[in-house]
Amino acid sequence: MGIRQTLDNLEPHFHKGGKYEKFYPLYEAVDTIFYAPPSVTKTTAHVRDGVDLKRIMITVWMCTFPAMFFGMWNAGWQANTAIAGGYESMDGWREAIMMLLASGHDPGSLWANFVLGATYFLPIYLVTFAVGGFWEVLFAVKRGHEVNEGFFVSSVLYALILPATIPLWQVALGITFGIVIGKEIFGGTGKNFLNPALTGRAFLYFAYPAQISGDAVWVAADGYSGATSLSIAFQEGMASLTSQYSWWDAFLGFIPGSVGEVSTLAIFIGAAVLLWTRIASWRIMLGVFLGMVATSTLFNLIGSDTNPMFAMPWYWHLVIGGFAFGMVFMATDPVSASMTNQGRLIFGALIGVMTVLIRVVNPAFPEGIMLAILFANLFAPLIDHIFVQANIKRRQQRVGAPAEETA
Amino acid sequence: MEHYLSLFIASVFVENMALAFFLGMCTFLAVSKKVSSSFGLGVAVIVVLMITVPVNNLVLNYLLAEGALTWTGIAGAENIDLSFLGLLSYIGVIAAMVQIIEMFLDKYVPVLYNALGVFLPLITVNCAILGGVLFMVERNYTFGESVVYGAGAGVGWALAITALAGIREKLKYSDVPGGLQGLGITFITVGLMSLGFMSFSGIQL
Repeated sequence: MGIRQTLDNLEPHFHKGGKYEKFYPLYEAVDTIFYAPPSVTKTTAHVRDGVDLKRIMITVWMCTFPAMFFGMWNAGWQANTAIAGGYESMDGWREAIMMLLASGHDPGSLWANFVLGATYFLPIYLVTFAVGGFWEVLFAVKRGHEVNEGFFVSSVLYALILPATIPLWQVALGITFGIVIGKEIFGGTGKNFLNPALTGRAFLYFAYPAQISGDAVWVAADGYSGATSLSIAFQEGMASLTSQYSWWDAFLGFIPGSVGEVSTLAIFIGAAVLLWTRIASWRIMLGVFLGMVATSTLFNLIGSDTNPMFAMPWYWHLVIGGFAFGMVFMATDPVSASMTNQGRLIFGALIGVMTVLIRVVNPAFPEGIMLAILFANLFAPLIDHIFVQANIKRRQQRVGAPAEETA
Repeated sequence: MEHYLSLFIASVFVENMALAFFLGMCTFLAVSKKVSSSFGLGVAVIVVLMITVPVNNLVLNYLLAEGALTWTGIAGAENIDLSFLGLLSYIGVIAAMVQIIEMFLDKYVPVLYNALGVFLPLITVNCAILGGVLFMVERNYTFGESVVYGAGAGVGWALAITALAGIREKLKYSDVPGGLQGLGITFITVGLMSLGFMSFSGIQL
């Protein structure tokens, strides 16, 4: 029990009057990573369980691992394939690490692909973690709340929805906006109304459309240009898309895209764990899915001569772009989503409908799920409000109490 | 029909009065503390816009615009251009309209009347209303279009203020830093909401 002892020895310094009183949130964070918090519920009327917010958040964090590792491999594979096809590799320190560890750009080698992908993803994640962590700790120390593992989740989700080739200073800027404006000024975890990771991503999206809008492809090879699957479908139509990638390619994840979003299969593995542990709400996922299916089918039926996106069937909407990732990890964020059960279905459906709507009818944005979730976040409190009021009304009628003036 | 539908959708979402043009901010920020009263105000704004925009459309086309008086048959009427009286007349129509609604609410919905308080007469100077009218003038809407546009702009504004009220009711439980409490955090909230509404920018209807 070395760690426990060390922590106990250190603890007095962090209490009131101690030397490092200010940094108590930091101590608390480290302590509860290793051990269950000392303050547990003692009175009745609570379910007593070892699972606290920290464990929940860490479970979510781990659920992103399949998508993350597959995404790293894929980012490397895309780049190595392009390089093997005659494009120059990017110079710089990434190349040096690549040569040191894998000695060559061989798209057939699992290791070479993985290393190259990691040299892109890991710096993004590190920057996200360092910069976001800095703000989180600063606010925790200054405002006296705890450093929360909600940040683990926000940071990993944020890093996973970025394209591999994004400049690192933009990563830092985006996470700063997401954490500070999206979360901390409202008081920290659980008190915000927008998903912080998405807020940061949306900020980058509108501030630096050149690097991130998703028109040009995100492959780390010099001079390589192409289009993501969504913009192919938008510009050239479904036939062109299906000739380049099969549905199984897109489902398994052999397509270019942001690191975390490419493999629908890997995301569903994470989703299974989230649903099994009941961390994510199945109602939200079902709502998003049904909303998407209904809207895309509607567009299929309407049809259009000028806009090829009208013809995209729902099973393609599911596998390309960030739809699956958004549905599983972003929409189910318990803080910014609706909290009533019926509300969750409506909230999810709103996301599904909006996603397809933006993808199909808005030529400015090829991808829609991110903005759709942000949009639905705005209406989540209102949806809850309506259902809560309806419940109150129904119960008043049931017990025969006189309906009060609620204005 | 399709044209009217897309005009309606565009005025509700793409050109949202509150979140795309930031019009009508004073009431938007001040009356958005409770969902019920902001919903009431939203309905009032819808009604006012739906009536004043078409009425002002008639005023413009039959009284003020160059040659609009031709229908009177007065000699030389086709050369009269009264459009310099535009702003004055529009505000006049709006003020009269709001006065009527105020009397109506006072008589029939006193609860809402009391909840809205001073902000009801202030709809007169709500820039969203005048903004709606001026957009109508600038874009040369026909009478039919101005009815649809007025309704759409009102619905968009009402939707925005109700959503903001929902968020602010939730934010009551937040722990906002001292300096930002009240209006400060509301401004930031509105900014973030507008980020969410950016998803519509670029839609061509």
